[in-house]
Amino acid sequence: MGNGTPLGQVRGLGPAKEGTHHWWHQRLTAGGNLLLVLWFVISIVRLPAYDYATLTAWASSFWVAIPLALLVVSVFYHFRLGLQVCIEDYSHSPGRIAWIVLLNAFTIVAGAIALFSILSIAFSAGAAA
Amino acid sequence: MLVSILHRATGDGMAVVGTIVFVWWLAALAGGEATYAGFVDTFTVSDGSLNVLGYIIGIGMTWAFFQHLASGIRHLVMDTGAGFELKTNRAFAILTIVFSVLATIAFWAYLLAGK
Repeated sequence: MGNGTPLGQVRGLGPAKEGTHHWWHQRLTAGGNLLLVLWFVISIVRLPAYDYATLTAWASSFWVAIPLALLVVSVFYHFRLGLQVCIEDYSHSPGRIAWIVLLNAFTIVAGAIALFSILSIAFSAGAAA
Repeated sequence: MLVSILHRATGDGMAVVGTIVFVWWLAALAGGEATYAGFVDTFTVSDGSLNVLGYIIGIGMTWAFFQHLASGIRHLVMDTGAGFELKTNRAFAILTIVFSVLATIAFWAYLLAGK
């Protein structure tokens, strides 16, 4: 950075004055996803059965409900960023705005349903072990 | 180039199909026993084993996850500026596919036969 010259003030900022956060947050959530989804996949495959009683008992544990909620936040944020890149790469018409709005709506609605369901299972089962 | 395309395809595929099935699964569990039975019926035959749709989505999503994980790690390594030599790059790319196929086979072998 310069010490106040016009060139120094804008160097490295790009036309939007920012932009690296998208790239960086994609990487941060990638790290979160790596741990959380691996945990999820291993936990699921190790369950003795996949009936309603087994799964609700599993999902109502603190040690499942909390990482499951964290997984939703990390994964959903990550896929929102990823799908945004996909829309920006392939859609060049003004309609891309509609796609981005739709993407945000999809992410927020799906995330709300997922988080509410996790809490609902955890609290209604009553057993927190 | 194939692995780069696979990274996007598996990522976007999981983002759409995986999210819908995952949220459906959670909501069905939260909805109670009858709702969950409806979810299970969609993907299984009457004896409880997976139907064609269940296998396609199940195997598809596990392979997509392992492939996206491996190529994602490849991207993180390349972000540091490493692994751009042609031979290394090619070997790492092929390795992501080998890993995803083996991990998917291991997952389903354990799920179907290991218990």
